[in-house]
Amino acid sequence: MKMWTAATALLSHWRRRPLQLGTLLSGLALATALWTGVQAINAEARASYSRAAAVLDQNGLANLVSPNGSPIPQSAFVRLRRAGWNVSPVLEGDYRFGVTRLKVIGIEPLTMPAQTNTVDLGIGGDLLSFITPPGMLVVSPATAEKLRGQTDLALRISDRMLDGAAFIDIGMAQRLLRREGELSRIVIAENQRSGLEPLEKVVPTLSVREPNAETDVEHLTESFHLNLTAFGFLAFAVGLFIVYSTIGLAFEQRRPTFRTLRCLGVSLRALAVLLLAELVFFALSAGAVGVAIGYLVASLLLPGVAATLEGLYGASVPGTLSLRPEWWISGFAIAVAGTLVSSAQSMLRLTRVPLLAAAQPQTWGRSWQAGRRFQVLAAAVLLALSGTLLLWAEGLAAGFAILGCLLLGASLLLPTVLSGFFTVMQRTSSCALVRWFWADARQQLPGLSLALMALLLALAANVGVGTMVSSFRLTFVGWLDQRLAAELYVAARNEGEADRLRTWLATKVDSLLPISSVDAEIRGQPMQIFGVVDDPTYRKHWPLIIGMPDVWDRVASGQGVLVNEQFWRRDQLRIGDQLELAGDWRAAVVGVYSDYGNPKGQVIAGLNALTSRYPQVSRLRYGLRIQPDQVADLRSRLSDEFGLPPGNVVDQAALKEQSRRIFDRTFLVTGALNIFTLGVAALAMFSSLFTLSEMRLPQLAPVWALGVTRRDLALLEVLRTLVLWLATFIAALPLGLALAWVLLAVVNVEAFGWRLPMYIFPYEWIRLGLVALAAAVVSALIPLRRLTGLAPSELLKVFANER
Amino acid sequence: MVIALRNVRKSYETAEGRLEVLRGVNLDLDQGDSVALTGESGSGKSTLLHLVAGLDRPDSGEIVIGGRDISKLNDRERAAYRRTEVGLVFQQFNLVPSLDVAANIAFHAKLAGRHDPPWENELVARLGIGTLLTRYPEQLSIGQQQRVAVGRTLAARPGLVLADEPTGNLDEANGDAVLELMLSLSKGTGSTLLLVTHSQRLADRLDRQLHLRSGKIE
Repeated sequence: MKMWTAATALLSHWRRRPLQLGTLLSGLALATALWTGVQAINAEARASYSRAAAVLDQNGLANLVSPNGSPIPQSAFVRLRRAGWNVSPVLEGDYRFGVTRLKVIGIEPLTMPAQTNTVDLGIGGDLLSFITPPGMLVVSPATAEKLRGQTDLALRISDRMLDGAAFIDIGMAQRLLRREGELSRIVIAENQRSGLEPLEKVVPTLSVREPNAETDVEHLTESFHLNLTAFGFLAFAVGLFIVYSTIGLAFEQRRPTFRTLRCLGVSLRALAVLLLAELVFFALSAGAVGVAIGYLVASLLLPGVAATLEGLYGASVPGTLSLRPEWWISGFAIAVAGTLVSSAQSMLRLTRVPLLAAAQPQTWGRSWQAGRRFQVLAAAVLLALSGTLLLWAEGLAAGFAILGCLLLGASLLLPTVLSGFFTVMQRTSSCALVRWFWADARQQLPGLSLALMALLLALAANVGVGTMVSSFRLTFVGWLDQRLAAELYVAARNEGEADRLRTWLATKVDSLLPISSVDAEIRGQPMQIFGVVDDPTYRKHWPLIIGMPDVWDRVASGQGVLVNEQFWRRDQLRIGDQLELAGDWRAAVVGVYSDYGNPKGQVIAGLNALTSRYPQVSRLRYGLRIQPDQVADLRSRLSDEFGLPPGNVVDQAALKEQSRRIFDRTFLVTGALNIFTLGVAALAMFSSLFTLSEMRLPQLAPVWALGVTRRDLALLEVLRTLVLWLATFIAALPLGLALAWVLLAVVNVEAFGWRLPMYIFPYEWIRLGLVALAAAVVSALIPLRRLTGLAPSELLKVFANER
Repeated sequence: MVIALRNVRKSYETAEGRLEVLRGVNLDLDQGDSVALTGESGSGKSTLLHLVAGLDRPDSGEIVIGGRDISKLNDRERAAYRRTEVGLVFQQFNLVPSLDVAANIAFHAKLAGRHDPPWENELVARLGIGTLLTRYPEQLSIGQQQRVAVGRTLAARPGLVLADEPTGNLDEANGDAVLELMLSLSKGTGSTLLLVTHSQRLADRLDRQLHLRSGKIE
């Protein structure tokens, strides 16, 4: 009962200050929301990878694989079966059905272990149809929709199948992929007879890959999820600034209540327990709202993220969200942890301050000044660490560490820089009111520093990520112009049609550019080898980063190959290095080209060299060089002559537009998170200004009494807010550019394998500045309204002797 | 500055209802007068001072200062009146917290357009605050703050000095010293001084005394 009475006294503070309570809860809820939203997206994607690994890759079982990634001869499987091993062969590869590219997984249903779930994907009574010609594809409903009109194979639709993949009989897969006698891996069943000859003796060239190892997709998408997590954490940190400042003020304002309660016999321990209980209650309440908002945010963003993951990494993630315990529990946990961390200093002060110490809400925040030197020192250490990591460290984690140190160091430095700026302005001003303006702005800094730091982080993130995305877009569009040089792209539905197409087109186009590729393993990595004809189009347009002087002659002669940037960087290749492409095919690296949006390595060789090593290579697709004004005519004639569906004849403009759309969709999630972070920072600013407005009277009343009108004071208050925003915005520009540079030159290179040039976009800064300005005006509005509405009697209370 | 108050009334809304603080005050002060306004707590002394300072408006009546009724002025005109004609010293919260002592002293004079560094230096010397010029208000004792407030007020050479319990937070010796300074400096500048005080001892040192009881001057 006694505790409840004390709790009632403590909680009465919030009843009298509902807006302060609202600020605290909304800050916490927003911080939790963005964190939870990002976690929900990550959890959904990872669950999807696991499901894909379990269903498509039989990831729950051990596999025999070739250590260097080269194909496994089918004879190895035969030897294993003869030795009594319960194993099953798998062949995987990408295959293009018309315009639809699928991951084809060839399996042998009779030997596939039951626990893999694979053969239970609805084949059931159709087993015979599955293993006998013409064969059958087991696909998801969405994939079946895409395949309509693109293949003559029978389709079996399974709801449990994943999009973008198809199961097929292994014999059919070998024929489709033109890899007769080859296997990708051999699945080892769990139940094996005892006394078998050891695997290393039966198949000494193969190694065992343990179950549940990290999949390729998981590895590839790691950087993307790390990016999202970093953004979520940034938003969370910005939100925590609000929580920290609100709790700090509330503790200071309630100090008289604490003192009274202590005097009335409530022990320090009981008081601390009550305050902790209050904080945890708030954290859980706001956390629940945050988790709900996070779910909403994740639901809105997931389709875009799914598109990004598919576009960038070929990873299939459903566009719908499940309520997974791992992310909502983590949402509540981080809300509570964040609240406790934010209130730790206030709680500590509660235990240390003498019982009868007076409350000092007006000097709240000034304790920061005492630690200012330490703050500057910490900033210097962090910035130095960032520079050191940039020079000496490698890897994605190091890239994010550089970013973290840079952002934190710069934000810690901001209040000192602003303080110095205001001091200089004050000293150089001659007008009394202007001098007071700058002096007062400097005096507000302790109370606003956290909000300004949050704002700096949000603005710098916006500038940095915006610059990165826009630089990427500009480069990408330029690259598309180079890469998509052909005016029209056409895809035949089968080889017979392709033959007729070639003959028919020979007299109608300036150049016919076959687009032929094979999947191969080079240096142990899955890779594509493209074959190109010797044509001026490539010599003129292909986006080479570096290359030998006679690079295209060497490619045409088959002596040299081009590699994409990601392969070049990942394997630290040099011009002149020899690559083993297939069997006895060795060629020198003669050039490197940029290849954005492709997670895999890629090699370009002369078409003759490719077809001589891979005679079975598909020759279904072609780029056509014609006069631009002939595109529409040729397109309709192709349709009339061959009956090709619209998707099989695509003009350059449509393809570019589609690529740009995919690009923009890819960065939709980044843009959304940017806006959310800025919104949280605006709330932090509003909360701080609102908090300060409660303590401004003793600072404003003397100036008013000396003859400055309330209207002028209000205008000066708005101007001060705008100056603080503007100064922070200006500080955010170099920081944002530094952030963009690290993203482009360090993080992107580590994450994707390509380095992009950096461009400056001042127009975007102006737009961001205007958004920030609007947010500044909004954040100053309520405190301003409060000031202009003040009756003189309220101001006079400051001076009253008998209050 | 000549001051004339005619039938001035002022009331406030309180939790208990409307409270009539001033009930028809009449008052005349001549140029250079130093007048003590005394009375019980709640008698309306501070309210009267605030009305004369143009910080608040009366419900009715006239407050004629230097020949014009300041109760008829709008917000901007009253601000200009405070800036150029009045000097104010309160018991506390006199100083601008963000400015150091030197800037505080010059602040009002600059606002009034009467910035006079030699005069300010003389005031600083006479007030004995020469060593405090770079300090901020929060780094000063109450007595030091009051000296700075007096300095700031007189630096602007106002025609009317209004002081509300300026020595209320000071001990007797410091209070006497501050009052002595105010008297001698306001006499020196020819200012009219209206001082609100509880202390009869202080009131005795001024030219005239007025006693306020139940909202009326006796």
